[in-house]
Amino acid sequence: MVVQTPNGFELDTSGRRIVVDPVTRIEGHMRCEVNVDDAGVIRNAVSTGTMWRGLEVILKGRDPRDAWAFTERICGVCTGTHALTSVRAVEDALGITIPDNANSIRNMMQLNLQIHDHIVHFYHLHALDWVNPINALRADPKATSELQQAVSPSHPMSSPGYFRDVQNRLKQFVESGQLGLFKNGYWDNPAYLLPPEADLMATTHYLEALDLQKEVVKVHTIFGGKNPHPNWLVGGVPCPINVDGVGAVGAINMERLNLVSSIIDRCIEFNRNVYLPDVKAIGGFYRNWLHGGGLSSQACLAYGDIPENANDFSPENLHMPRGAIIDGDLSTVHDVDLRDPEQIQEFVDHSWYTYGAPGRGLHPWDGVTEPQYELGPNAKGSRTNIEEIDEAAKYSWIKAPRWKGHAMEVGPLARYVVGYAKGHEDIKHQLDGFLRDMDLPLDAVFSTLGRTAARALESEYCGRLQKHFFDKLMTNIINGDSSTANIEKWDPSSWPDQTIGVGASEAPRGALGHWIRIKDGRIENYQCVVPTTWNGSPRDSAGNIGAFEAALMNTPMARPDEPVEILRTLHSFDPCLACSTHVMSPEGEELTQVKVR
Amino acid sequence: MAGRTLILGIGNVLWADEGFGVRCVERLAETHAFDADVTLLDGGTQGLYLLPFLEQADTLLVFDAVDYGLVPGTLKVVEDAEVPAFLGAKKMSLHQTGFQDVIATAQLMGYCPDRLILIGCQPQELEDYGGGLRDIVAAQIDPSIAIALDMLQALGVTARKGQGDRSNLADPSITRAAYEQGRPDARTACRTGDDRFFPGGA
Repeated sequence: MVVQTPNGFELDTSGRRIVVDPVTRIEGHMRCEVNVDDAGVIRNAVSTGTMWRGLEVILKGRDPRDAWAFTERICGVCTGTHALTSVRAVEDALGITIPDNANSIRNMMQLNLQIHDHIVHFYHLHALDWVNPINALRADPKATSELQQAVSPSHPMSSPGYFRDVQNRLKQFVESGQLGLFKNGYWDNPAYLLPPEADLMATTHYLEALDLQKEVVKVHTIFGGKNPHPNWLVGGVPCPINVDGVGAVGAINMERLNLVSSIIDRCIEFNRNVYLPDVKAIGGFYRNWLHGGGLSSQACLAYGDIPENANDFSPENLHMPRGAIIDGDLSTVHDVDLRDPEQIQEFVDHSWYTYGAPGRGLHPWDGVTEPQYELGPNAKGSRTNIEEIDEAAKYSWIKAPRWKGHAMEVGPLARYVVGYAKGHEDIKHQLDGFLRDMDLPLDAVFSTLGRTAARALESEYCGRLQKHFFDKLMTNIINGDSSTANIEKWDPSSWPDQTIGVGASEAPRGALGHWIRIKDGRIENYQCVVPTTWNGSPRDSAGNIGAFEAALMNTPMARPDEPVEILRTLHSFDPCLACSTHVMSPEGEELTQVKVR
Repeated sequence: MAGRTLILGIGNVLWADEGFGVRCVERLAETHAFDADVTLLDGGTQGLYLLPFLEQADTLLVFDAVDYGLVPGTLKVVEDAEVPAFLGAKKMSLHQTGFQDVIATAQLMGYCPDRLILIGCQPQELEDYGGGLRDIVAAQIDPSIAIALDMLQALGVTARKGQGDRSNLADPSITRAAYEQGRPDARTACRTGDDRFFPGGA
């Protein structure tokens, strides 16, 4: 059967069905089913969140000033982004403004998290879709050294001896049988295109990135008091500044600020000398593999983030762009209003929830999270052991958010497409330069590779922004302003009986919004629409497919029973199901099962 | 000798008995103090963020809710080479594979602690969103701490009665008492999913 979706895809379910469950190397749990034709090309794609999300019900009735501490616990990766978005939502609801220093510090924490997440994602979650660490054992260390010096002349760690040492270490690890991190690989699949030397270079940087990421997070320890789980505060940041002091517990002094500054410099250096050159080098070998664009060429959404001046979320004050692109028209960037009940709505016709009546979309302030788990008539298997999803019915624990009815892609690529279309100076300069270096046209950006490249470019941009806000903070401190919090409205007696608010941010994986209703000093309703809700959304009432589904369409698979290409494209979104869904079923399998039917 | 010691609680406090490990270190810090070479840490569901702490430890003691397929509330202690396998024995929660990967990564980098001790408790209930520990699991906090203190004592790590270092533990708003007592009633905040998540319920 062939179905035409309103957003321009032709879904053909007649071919063999392949089930990948769970999708590995992501946060949380998801399942993916595709149909492939006789040539092994994906002609239908179905993405299912296999966990229930419970955040909204947990927050009901709690103190809004504590919401950040709860939302920080939802996810194992973007703790800080949820906390930031939460305090913004509460501040918006209560009309609380934050001091300039708090804005700079929050921005640095958010940018630091972006950089950390992007680097960890590329090297530790995504690289293995392109890089074959087993093949690296066959590399010639001397040729690897030459490759490294050609790719990044400024990177000091490039001697043949260095690569030989790493190769030996890797060999021991693999021979000890603890394949651990490299298990579930399809290491003889022809979809891997790198020569052994490039594999060794990238695997070496996998290790360098592990060392770096330990340093990067210290910024959170310094400004948030501890890490993991840094402290946040409605009204500002919970770290007093005392540059002269040495004794004050928890206060930010010069020694700590100097450490922040040196970490920022290390990030900038790593992005320039390692991360970006690696993406270009690896991308060069895959330059003809331009699948996976999905919705990115037609529908992108960004809420924007990193306000230059405190408390001003207008688009012109945001370093990370805000806007929406629809129908593939890059000449028009629409503004996005998170308060407008007609713009962002969530649909549940294909999700395991009910709104009572079909076809309804609800704005998050009016959001309802009422589970209704039922399989469609054509599903195979049982309620507790689904063999095959029936996507014509309900099929995911993820809701389907839409912007004015459009399925949208969010994340680094969406931000870069929106920024590029708006003429954002830094983004345009970076992207044009990247395409020139790679000798690729703009259209090449709309791909899995483009998504991966945008993340690397963004990491570099974030490094520079982080430095900007560090300097801004220092200037303020030197001028005698050490204020970091506004606690005028801390006491609930100063709050209105009822109020609503919204907080937005750009999480590493995309646009994140928290909508809150406060009544009598307590949370009445709390709804999060997270990036993976957008990207991983199922079909909506009109039949539009979501961003994951769209990105898998028309991709050829070298070996349909080895889902390298599926993982490559899904991973390029940096999916995080932990907060869009909830704990998996008790019978969770340890290894990914790939079934071809 | 134990050398530098990391006492780590992992799990998600928001999903009922999943919070067992975090509650153990919280209780330990309320009742015992250690010398400066012992770190108490609420690891939550974090993965790679925990690496720097592992790097700085010679001995790692982990409290966690682990599904061993035993009677709820049963404690089980495993050591050293057995630990990673048990952490990944059955993926009941989000963090277990994550922490297994953390140990594998520390091994790859050559700084996995020499001694590993896992004190696990069989959970009774995980599918209670916003819920606290069940009585039978909560009752195992003090016995778990007693086992931990004995094992640490044997390694030369001594604890003193009294308030310990809380600086790496949970924010006061989600410590056990505040979290469990501050929970709204079931009418205000629905607590469950559906039969898919209750073994035998479907």
